[in-house]
Amino acid sequence: MNLKLKIWRQPNKDSKGGMVNYSIEDVSPDMSFLEMMDMLNEQLIKSGDDPVAFDHDCREGICGMCSMFINGEAHGPDKLITTCQLHMRKFKDGDTIAIEPFRANSFPVIKDLAVDRSSFDRIQQAGGFISINTSGNTQDANAIPIDKHNADTAFDAATCIGCGACVATCKNASAMLFVSAKVSQYALLPQGKVEATDRVLNMVNQMDEEGFGNCTNTGACEVECPKGISLENIARLNREYIWATAKG
Amino acid sequence: MSLKIKSSIVRKYLMALSGLFLVIFLLQHFTINLTSVFSKEMFNFLSHFMGNNPLVQFVLQPVLIFGVVFHFIMGFILEFKNRSSRNQKYYNFKGKANSSWISRNMILSGIVILSFLGLHFYDFWIPEMQYKYIEFLPENPDRYFDELVHKFESLPRVIIYNISFIFLSLHLLHGFSSSFQTIGFNNKYTISLKFFTISFSIIIPLGFILIALFHYLN
Ligand code: HEM
Ligand code: SF4
Ligand code: FES
Repeated sequence: MNLKLKIWRQPNKDSKGGMVNYSIEDVSPDMSFLEMMDMLNEQLIKSGDDPVAFDHDCREGICGMCSMFINGEAHGPDKLITTCQLHMRKFKDGDTIAIEPFRANSFPVIKDLAVDRSSFDRIQQAGGFISINTSGNTQDANAIPIDKHNADTAFDAATCIGCGACVATCKNASAMLFVSAKVSQYALLPQGKVEATDRVLNMVNQMDEEGFGNCTNTGACEVECPKGISLENIARLNREYIWATAKG
Repeated sequence: MSLKIKSSIVRKYLMALSGLFLVIFLLQHFTINLTSVFSKEMFNFLSHFMGNNPLVQFVLQPVLIFGVVFHFIMGFILEFKNRSSRNQKYYNFKGKANSSWISRNMILSGIVILSFLGLHFYDFWIPEMQYKYIEFLPENPDRYFDELVHKFESLPRVIIYNISFIFLSLHLLHGFSSSFQTIGFNNKYTISLKFFTISFSIIIPLGFILIALFHYLN
């Protein structure tokens, strides 16, 4: 396949970026999107140009590093996948593909398509953990009976890979789906209940401080989330938060 | 409990509660309007009651006005905040791939409703306040029906009125079910609830439109 690419280039976080046109030839439909980007970068390096910076690590949909807003959608046109799981057969010969970084004030661009998602780390640090003594006397988790439905729902929430597609997709750049997944994975389990009140208050407080927008329930995050994290988690987050606020 | 009015979730909650309150008010308003189609006497009786009962006038009416003003001011605050969360816009943003147009344009439908409320106040509420509290005209319990019919004689007014209700319908098609999600209600009953909220959002505004057309055509 031969393709035209329009890619956001921005040398560093302080400079003004812009869309730049590229052409690429002989792309195999079996390539992943990132392999196509590698091919483009080899082409750029050969011609003495600066390769396009983009994030990636596992290339199998588990680390959440690969970002990219492709043709108007986070992780491109397919559903329930990350960019590394997107294949070039989703496109047609002669297509023009627009590639941008995930955009939100809370995800500033570092270079080209790579953005700084450390705002998510700070939200996690504010409460996305349980305090357990791990000095050799930890109780076997299986010793605590847990309702099967709760265990499954908590597990589903825990599959969030912190990729940020929800923020990138949301017209308000809201991080509610991410935060709701991180709160839900603990809220449903006995180990998480101990610190539940502080956790939800602190995490939401940090989310607000980072400058993410407010949820308006458009549901776009749920559709674009590679892990299918459901809006039910946001409803749970709202319940948990209001209860915690009432308790003080 | 300290009221965290700066918290995004508290704001969203208040937005949902004020929205739900307005939905209840809308239903009550609709019920009274509907009687104007069937019984002039009933309509006059209910309007006279609503217009002169001290509880309605001095407790419910101020609460309602506060509810409307709070709802749209908070709507504007949140819209402003949301717009400023992404200063560098996307070159290509395919909103329709993952969300409905209505849900992305609540502020637009809201502004149309707000303009309509301005007109509605000018048409009914201001003359009413003038009648009762400024000019102190003697109360005539039979005047309401004729006042209503008189307003619906003008075609441009009926058209503006009906367009506004189409936008109200759009606003509610997203807003009514969205407010349940906001207050934390999302479970196995959500599908049935969605069916109810969607039916409500179409039937009630359509009812207002048909009542207006009924009076215009008569
Ligand atoms: C006066 C003009 C109005 C404006 C400017 C306005 C604006 C807005 C905005 C911006 C939202 C937020 C969207 C969101 O968070 O999803 C909203 C939500 C809502 N509005 Fe309005 N609105 C107005 C009037 C009304 C009226 C008259 C009703 C009811 C009859 C109503 C019912 C609702 C409901 C139920 C919600 C959903 C709250 C939620 O999602 O949690 N609004 N409105
Ligand atoms: S909720 Fe989904 S889209 Fe958001 S960070 Fe987690 S995995 Fe990514
Ligand atoms: S590179 Fe790890 S999820 Fe895509």
